[in-house]
Amino acid sequence: MSEARPPAKRPPPASPKTRRQIMRSIALGGAVIGASLFGFFPVLRKWTPRLRPPGALDEREFLAACIKCGQCVQVCPVKAISLGDLDEGFGVGVPYIPARDQACDFSCDAVQCVLACPTGALSHTISKREEVHMGLARLDRPNACLARKGEGFKGAARPAPFKGVHRYIEIDRWKPVKLAEYKYDLDLCDLCVRECPVPKAITLEPMSTDPADKRRTPVVHEACTGCGMCEMICPTEPASIVVDIRRKWGEA
Amino acid sequence: MSFLSSLKLMLGAAPERPRAYTPAAQAMHEAKRQVKGAERAREIKAQHAAHSSHKWRNIRWATLIAVNLLFVLSYRFDVQLAEGALTASRVVGFHFADLNSALQVMLAYKTILINLVIGTGTVLFMWWLLGGRSFCSWTCPYHLLAEIAEKIHVFLAARRMVVDYPLHRATRSVLYVVFALLALVSGYTVYESISPTGIVSRALIYGPGLAMIWVLGLLVYEIVFIRRMWCRYICPIGLTYGFVGAVSPVRVKYSLENCLHEGDCRKVCLVPHVLECTKKTYAEDVEVAIGADCTRCGLCVDACPTGSLRFDIKGLDKLL
Repeated sequence: MSEARPPAKRPPPASPKTRRQIMRSIALGGAVIGASLFGFFPVLRKWTPRLRPPGALDEREFLAACIKCGQCVQVCPVKAISLGDLDEGFGVGVPYIPARDQACDFSCDAVQCVLACPTGALSHTISKREEVHMGLARLDRPNACLARKGEGFKGAARPAPFKGVHRYIEIDRWKPVKLAEYKYDLDLCDLCVRECPVPKAITLEPMSTDPADKRRTPVVHEACTGCGMCEMICPTEPASIVVDIRRKWGEA
Repeated sequence: MSFLSSLKLMLGAAPERPRAYTPAAQAMHEAKRQVKGAERAREIKAQHAAHSSHKWRNIRWATLIAVNLLFVLSYRFDVQLAEGALTASRVVGFHFADLNSALQVMLAYKTILINLVIGTGTVLFMWWLLGGRSFCSWTCPYHLLAEIAEKIHVFLAARRMVVDYPLHRATRSVLYVVFALLALVSGYTVYESISPTGIVSRALIYGPGLAMIWVLGLLVYEIVFIRRMWCRYICPIGLTYGFVGAVSPVRVKYSLENCLHEGDCRKVCLVPHVLECTKKTYAEDVEVAIGADCTRCGLCVDACPTGSLRFDIKGLDKLL
């Protein structure tokens, strides 16, 4: 230390006004961080389990990688994808498919949502519907299933005011039809099998060896992608068949 | 002002009076000192009587609404000009990604995503060219809502019904680090769940949800307690773009000569500390480029009765 240097200037003592301002800043900064951490509750407690769009990474990675832009929502031709809300915590703005209201029917062919995703949260490693694994369908209420009772079905699978749509290849490859406006006339209800977009994912099997027995039971196979089409089309209320989110083949 | 002190000021340091002036500025300050009080007051009054302009504000509001409308209409009418939201989009097919959202995603996901690198590259170049935080005032939909809330706050404050309780500006710098660390450690894009920019942008495009309650709550809080709380003291997006704008060619330039130092510019400014040079004897040169934190909103340009604050493009005068 040289003699010539003036003594180090001490910072002036903080005025009460400055002190209050700093306390306020700490309190409010803390409150904002606290508010942001609220997002942990819904995620860790799994308040709102969601069926994610085709190609979604594992849930944890998916929430990290998704940039919450909704480009997948915009490209879906049947508008099957919705964005999460505040009650989903870190899932705010993250896409999901409310299958009972509007399922993915793969009518876009090349999984458009995956191509649209800018971050690969919908993994670009898949390119065909057969490679998708969103979940697995399961016969949830066997006693309500019309096929198991040997009953037919007449009329709209989901009558008005149901807004969901489906693209029927035999009507118009490109124009979605409202389920409420499409009438069926079936001797035995086989809607879940008939409208399933994936080959060999679900079949109707006889329930006895008696050839006169009309009763059939839907059986889900390994090819099932969990798109939710069967859940949407099922005419019983609530649906007899549902999708188990992210369940893999062989898991309980 | 030096580049570093401009950054320091943005991060929360208190503005400082210059220690030395250029000879030209010294002479000008001296000349101004000769003009005495009553004469100066008359001058200010006369200048203000004739002055009222909202040119830049109107241009800016029109731009902000047009940009957000482009996103909304592109989706509603399926014209595919701008797909996505402000967090990430494709604009006529090109990837765009908000710098802060992309940063949060990469910190949380811990992967370099090629599309995001391309997207941020495009956006980085665009906002470097257009002036960094001009994202805030020219594009961010929350900024417009907060501007309206600010008007209400100022109206009520003038009638002594509310009082502004300012925070320390370093709060934003601390929160920036905290949110970056939270993304890195938790593996979730924590800030995105409360970001009013993303929430409002998605609400406009995909329809509002419960998350808008959070945004409305913030606006009410800003009206009653803290003027422009989010944009001034919290938003990490603003700081991210502030860094980009620190070296941008488009900026507001202050010229000392005709300035009356009455401070109308500082009253309308979102970040008044960047206008410190407009205080009497605070300009170290006859012309000063306004620093990094400036959002290029143009309110000061509109407010200035003497034309001492103007938009400027660095090096353009040399080129011409």
